[in-house]
Amino acid sequence: MEKFTSHTGVGAPLRRSNVDTDQIIPAVYLKRVTRTGFEDGLFAAWRNDPEFVLNQDAYKNASVLVAGIDFGTGSSREHAVWALQNYGFKVVISPRFADIFRGNSGKAGLLAAQVDESVVEQLWALLEEQPGAEISVDLESRTVTAGEGDSRIEASFAIDDYTRWRLLEGLDDIAITLGHQDDISEYEKKRPSFKPATL
Amino acid sequence: MPKTLAEKIWDDHVVRSADGEPDLLYIDLHLIHEVTSPQAFDGLRLSGRTLRRPDLTLATEDHNIPTTDLDKPIADLVSRTQVETLRRNAEEFGVRLYPMGNIEQGIVHVVGPQLGLTQPGMTIVCGDSHTSTHGAFGSLAFGIGTSEVEHVMATQTLPQAKPKMMAVEVVGDLPAGSTAKDLILALITQESTGGGQGYIVEYRGDAIKKLSMEERMTICNMSIEWGAKAGLIAPDETTFEFIKGKDRAPQGEDWDAAVEYWKGLVTDEGAVFDKVVTIDATQVSPFVTWGTNPGQGVAISGNVPNPADFEDEVERTTAERALEYMGLTPGTPMREIKVDTVFLGSCTNGRMSDLRRAAELIEGHTIADSVRMLVVPGSVRVRLQAEAEGLDKIFIAAGAEWRGAGCSMCLGMNPDQLAPGERSASTSNRNFEGRQGKGGRTHLVSPDVAVATAVTGHLATTAEI
Repeated sequence: MEKFTSHTGVGAPLRRSNVDTDQIIPAVYLKRVTRTGFEDGLFAAWRNDPEFVLNQDAYKNASVLVAGIDFGTGSSREHAVWALQNYGFKVVISPRFADIFRGNSGKAGLLAAQVDESVVEQLWALLEEQPGAEISVDLESRTVTAGEGDSRIEASFAIDDYTRWRLLEGLDDIAITLGHQDDISEYEKKRPSFKPATL
Repeated sequence: MPKTLAEKIWDDHVVRSADGEPDLLYIDLHLIHEVTSPQAFDGLRLSGRTLRRPDLTLATEDHNIPTTDLDKPIADLVSRTQVETLRRNAEEFGVRLYPMGNIEQGIVHVVGPQLGLTQPGMTIVCGDSHTSTHGAFGSLAFGIGTSEVEHVMATQTLPQAKPKMMAVEVVGDLPAGSTAKDLILALITQESTGGGQGYIVEYRGDAIKKLSMEERMTICNMSIEWGAKAGLIAPDETTFEFIKGKDRAPQGEDWDAAVEYWKGLVTDEGAVFDKVVTIDATQVSPFVTWGTNPGQGVAISGNVPNPADFEDEVERTTAERALEYMGLTPGTPMREIKVDTVFLGSCTNGRMSDLRRAAELIEGHTIADSVRMLVVPGSVRVRLQAEAEGLDKIFIAAGAEWRGAGCSMCLGMNPDQLAPGERSASTSNRNFEGRQGKGGRTHLVSPDVAVATAVTGHLATTAEI
């Protein structure tokens, strides 16, 4: 996984709450067996609407998505994270993420930055007033900044310490766990014999 | 110190614990299917890693599987490739797979319990959010993403931060005519889609104890729909009775040892939950959804809500958008909503008791001319058992389509989909925009309401047939 320290890019305001992973990528797009090529499925139904935010020139090349509360609910499909990444997103900002989506983001290297609802409102207003405006996200200091002068926004975001550390270091957590193989083997010796097996 | 049920299971699976790090949890059972596993197997290959415990791993084909023309190859070539990829991967890594045509094939969350693989006190994961279903047995079961699938394959463990604990106290008994599905739909509407976020939820109370295992599975299945990490129910005699004698159930001395352990899997007197939520079961009537998330529900005797009545601005705009998508007008009685398709099936309501109940209700009736009804068993074993009991003939005589086993129209990855604008009453778990097919409109219902709706052509209760 690539290290993530900070990112600056065009912000896209997604004025919706409860964006479930079926909206992020509908099931019919989940049939690929690779981790790439899911960008066509991203928000597939909504992208039919010419007014949809990502269909507007100013936001087309956005890499920071600013969404409403409860982003990524529903299906566990990591394809939702891959679709966002394949499209070009590096960061999603929301007041609250569904657990599995947030977990998947941390594993795949997409930054899920949780901020207060008021910050999302401010960012939406800025991005709509100044289409194409950039947002900077600094993982080291856990801050989001955007705008200049009177319209400058600076806020902190929440992310758990462990995920932050892994993202900053670009660590593969399977490798970390494999470093504890002895502990795993010890545990396995103590498992009760009544536990079921599949073979 | 007194512990909750979930804390006991958690503590019994901690392989390693360190300050500032998530606990490393051992995983007793890893279920896999064709959609969320190919990239994980690829990851193992690319890094030269092996699958640590094939004997604790089980694969089935379910999401893409057609429910007609079962003797032919899958017509959709991309679906076929995904299924064939799973077959190749299972063979290469030594994983037992139940493919199409095998008597054990079916929806992953129906297969585990029917084999007796799902047992109390286990940690169970799967790259599927409805893994919470297995919590009905008093196990800690949750959905994971593909990176985590790869992690479990390589290490049989998962690093997990301990969630908070919540109790859902179900007070009183469900009235006659109300089902487990109505109870969970009512709860999700009460708590909203984010209400369980960050919690493992234990469903408690007399009404829960009185539920059958299949009803408990319906409840736990939808834990994810209100955001919970997992949902579980303390195991009891009902649980032990269900497991006993199943293919993978412990035998002889192992059975005795297992039951002794399982009996301790209850929340201790004095254990503290971080949050307690109460729902009055006596007030739960047949419940349906009107919107585009499972928290947008109402008693079927009620009306389509007016978004202006929602105080919260986010809820209001979400409701406005939902009604527009659903093509509904505020104030319309739910019972006047006509449907085109009825779907009976899924990991929520595609088990034997669901089919038996539906067949009992539909026998002697004919479904409305304007309605198509799909009956999709959750597994091949469920299908064969239903056919042995003659249920297929009852459904066919009523005008319904009797199909093969799989996820089917719950998510429309196979050809079973709604057309744009088509409206369904569905016993599944999600009414998201386009969930059952692009532009499709879904109302979540119980099997009882599904049958009554199929017969009358509009959302209805069994009192109307």
